[in-house]
Amino acid sequence: MAAATGIGAPVRRKEDQRFITGKGQYTDDINRPGQTWAVFVRSPHAHAAIKSIDTAAALKSPGCLAVLTGADIAKDKVGNLICGWMIHSKDGSPMKAGAHPALAQGKVRYVGDHVAVVIAETLAEARDAAEQVRVAYDALPAAVDLATAQAAGQPQIHAEAPNNTVYQWHLGDKDKVDAAFVAAKHVTRIELTNNRLIPNAIEPRAAIGDYDSGQDSFTLWTTSQNPHVARLVLAAFIGIAPEHKLRVIAPDVGGGFGSKIFIYAEETVCLWASRKVGRPVKWVADRTESFLADAHGRDHVTTAELAVDAGGKITALRAKTKANLGGYLSTFASSVPTYLYAPLLSGQYDIGAIYCEVDGVYTNTAPVDAYRGAGRPEATFVVERLVEVAARQLGKDPAEFRRQNFIRSFPHVTPVIMTYDAGDYEACLNKALEMADYKTIGARKAESARQGMKRGIGFSAYIEACGIAPSAAVGSLGAGVGLWESAEVRVNPTGSVEVLTGSHSHGQGHETTFAQLTSQRLGIPIEQVTVVHGDTDKVQFGMGTYGSRSGAVGMSAIYYAIDKVIVKAKKVAGFVLEVPEPTVDFKDGIFSSSATNKTLTFPEVALQAYIAHKFTGAQLEPGLKEGAFFDPTNFTFPSGVHICEVEIDPETGTTRIDRWTAVDDFGSLINPMIVEGQVHGGIVQGVGQALLEGAVYNKEGQLVTASYMDYCMPRAGDVPSFNVAMTNTPCPSNPLGIKGCGEAGAIAAPAAVINAITDALGHENIAMPATPQAVWRAVAKSPTKMAAE
Amino acid sequence: MFSIFGKRAASVPAAAPGAGVQQGGSGSPHVSMTVNGKAVTADIDPRTLLVHFLRDHLRLTGTHVGCDTSQCGACVVHVDGLAVKSCTVLAASCDGSKVTTIEGLAKDGTLHPMQEAFRQNHGLQCGFCTPGMIMAAVDLVNRTGGKLDEHAIREGLEGNLCRCTGYHNIVAAVREGAANMGSVRQAAE
Repeated sequence: MAAATGIGAPVRRKEDQRFITGKGQYTDDINRPGQTWAVFVRSPHAHAAIKSIDTAAALKSPGCLAVLTGADIAKDKVGNLICGWMIHSKDGSPMKAGAHPALAQGKVRYVGDHVAVVIAETLAEARDAAEQVRVAYDALPAAVDLATAQAAGQPQIHAEAPNNTVYQWHLGDKDKVDAAFVAAKHVTRIELTNNRLIPNAIEPRAAIGDYDSGQDSFTLWTTSQNPHVARLVLAAFIGIAPEHKLRVIAPDVGGGFGSKIFIYAEETVCLWASRKVGRPVKWVADRTESFLADAHGRDHVTTAELAVDAGGKITALRAKTKANLGGYLSTFASSVPTYLYAPLLSGQYDIGAIYCEVDGVYTNTAPVDAYRGAGRPEATFVVERLVEVAARQLGKDPAEFRRQNFIRSFPHVTPVIMTYDAGDYEACLNKALEMADYKTIGARKAESARQGMKRGIGFSAYIEACGIAPSAAVGSLGAGVGLWESAEVRVNPTGSVEVLTGSHSHGQGHETTFAQLTSQRLGIPIEQVTVVHGDTDKVQFGMGTYGSRSGAVGMSAIYYAIDKVIVKAKKVAGFVLEVPEPTVDFKDGIFSSSATNKTLTFPEVALQAYIAHKFTGAQLEPGLKEGAFFDPTNFTFPSGVHICEVEIDPETGTTRIDRWTAVDDFGSLINPMIVEGQVHGGIVQGVGQALLEGAVYNKEGQLVTASYMDYCMPRAGDVPSFNVAMTNTPCPSNPLGIKGCGEAGAIAAPAAVINAITDALGHENIAMPATPQAVWRAVAKSPTKMAAE
Repeated sequence: MFSIFGKRAASVPAAAPGAGVQQGGSGSPHVSMTVNGKAVTADIDPRTLLVHFLRDHLRLTGTHVGCDTSQCGACVVHVDGLAVKSCTVLAASCDGSKVTTIEGLAKDGTLHPMQEAFRQNHGLQCGFCTPGMIMAAVDLVNRTGGKLDEHAIREGLEGNLCRCTGYHNIVAAVREGAANMGSVRQAAE
């Protein structure tokens, strides 16, 4: 049994039965008795003062029950949305954050900002009534462009943040870095834009707020990656209700990628409005709303430099980044371009000195927060573009230049606060070079050239810091919460098991992988294990799923809860077998003892724990249920090498990815099938960033990419199949040796694609997304083309 | 029939809008159709889209709305044996039609070969695009007779977005599902 379903087996997913038969239960599939519908009136302006809101006509519209505005929410003293990570500027001052009300107070700061909400009997009636809300605006000039938003004379978005500057943060030893650059034999300098992305989980965000006047309590069904954090914020900061009077349920959730971590205006308003109207209030985003008002990702402009000595050794790295934070600070926005970014600027390389400055900037655009990878894709793009360009400038093979500079001994303390605990970067590189058939790339390039095509190969040797823990470490860096995870293992009298976890699955397959772990350790069939998550009334507390943390942190909590179950079960077995407890052994689901020939199965011991006939209450507490909180001692450091090989048609600018090799070190694996699936999905989000996707605001602050006709999502025909393999240096900071795999592809891919395209072009002058038009224009600037002309 | 492909011009559904629709006593159209083999009738608001008729009236919530503009394909169902994006079809225009949703694909408790292939190949993660993806894949196999290489599968799924899987395992699933549909000679519709 355990061999087929245990740790390391590619077990088919338990959750699939309901998804492939249409029996999933997503938030929009849930309807409450007496339910009403919410539609938001959103700002059509990027920046404007609200002069007046006339609700009279809307209130007369058929089915309309209420129109609620910022004045109403202020009168009821509903708290503002929060940013939960305090960043201090290099001068020591705290970040300068303006208020973020759930419904605008006198001013709107991006197109899509929440001005009012209409509650009506049906969705259609709510939409009709929303069109009758008359809002008079005084349009203001908008600060939309990240590069210029801090300049004198730009429109001021929040009075609290002069020059639209939230913070001017830094990390590293500036003097040491400056000295290294003075001494350098070679300096590579690049300017990069990390394009703005829109996460686009295919399930739009949704919420149902349901106030129960009999209990004076609320229930929220919502599309959340972390329902307990949502409850904590809604209770402690926004003040909807105390935690014990607020139940948050995140049922099946259709993808998140970060965008469903955050506590948004809509769920706040649905809860508050359900009490106002005395009925449940449901809101489901349409896709345009998702584009306008889901937190976006990335959006950096960076100048970066690499110092190299005469022997080809990298000696220092220096970066200056402006990060767009949008019109308000979203829940974790401040941390993404700071502590999730600059600490990864050492990459896989032994670099003596690193210094990074980051300006966090308000603009009149949607809030920007964590999106798959969150800071680490931006760091990887900086490091891997720098290293690639430096190798080319120095005339070195890019693989060998990387190899020369790899970190080789662990633990390794970087100049940017991280202690890498385990890795073998050369092993990944060697395996990837072999799988990609790197030796013969020259022949393939020549063959492409014979056909009038341009072939290029690009590397990305990435590292990430995952788990987003230990709590004490993130606390010292400004996090407002601890980032451990909890688990409870409840054994039923018949020996079946419920595993309650604070992690949340929205595609990651926890119902399968967490059951694999439990099944193997307790020696029971995987069918006897059910994983429970996503409901604050069932699971006591949890920190949710993001930062590739559910395996390394969430499953480790389960591991230790199982340890406690086994300790207790051995005591029960000792009484039943009538042997001293220290002689009891537990292996493969069987309790045995050197003191007897008798054995007991796990279900037999479970039953004995509950009937409690063989021991007294003075000797042992009945029952078999244990919990654990796990807080690791370090971040985890997944790493790997991705190699992208492209062929460009110079006549059309079309880039075709001919082959993709990924060799990742995720530490130990629970289910390689699921891990590979995570890699595939991550790569395609990264390829989307590199080739297709880009959120575009015009200079007035209108989002011109607000539909799938205008924002180019990767489709099946845009990408290849992938050649994926793993290495394993087990992670030492958790009992399972897991590093995490959810974000790797999205972190690695953009640099690999752009390094391949620039290799094909013969110059570095291309920005993301490298659309056919952009590539076609870049081909015209390539040395061979110019030479031919 | 409506095509699942955004690039193709949408032609008029087999049952032209309003054809054969009786006006109910309240002025609401009265529609009758066969959904997953069961006859259903209802008085509906004339603007009711097929996806909302399925989800809200029949509580068949396996058909999802991902973009409400016929671009993502999460809402694909079969009408008279052909795939349609049900977010852009009026329920009234399907009067007299046979509709199959994801809930109707398995027969007598046995998964359709395409459903089984998605499970075996890990062709889904969050599951939200999956019903539409499976319905589109079955239609693709039916239309092409199952002769599908990787390129044909990728091009054939152009009308369906997935944000989780990177399509790698979906392609593998459709390839296997197509082979198994052929081998069991299962008439999908």
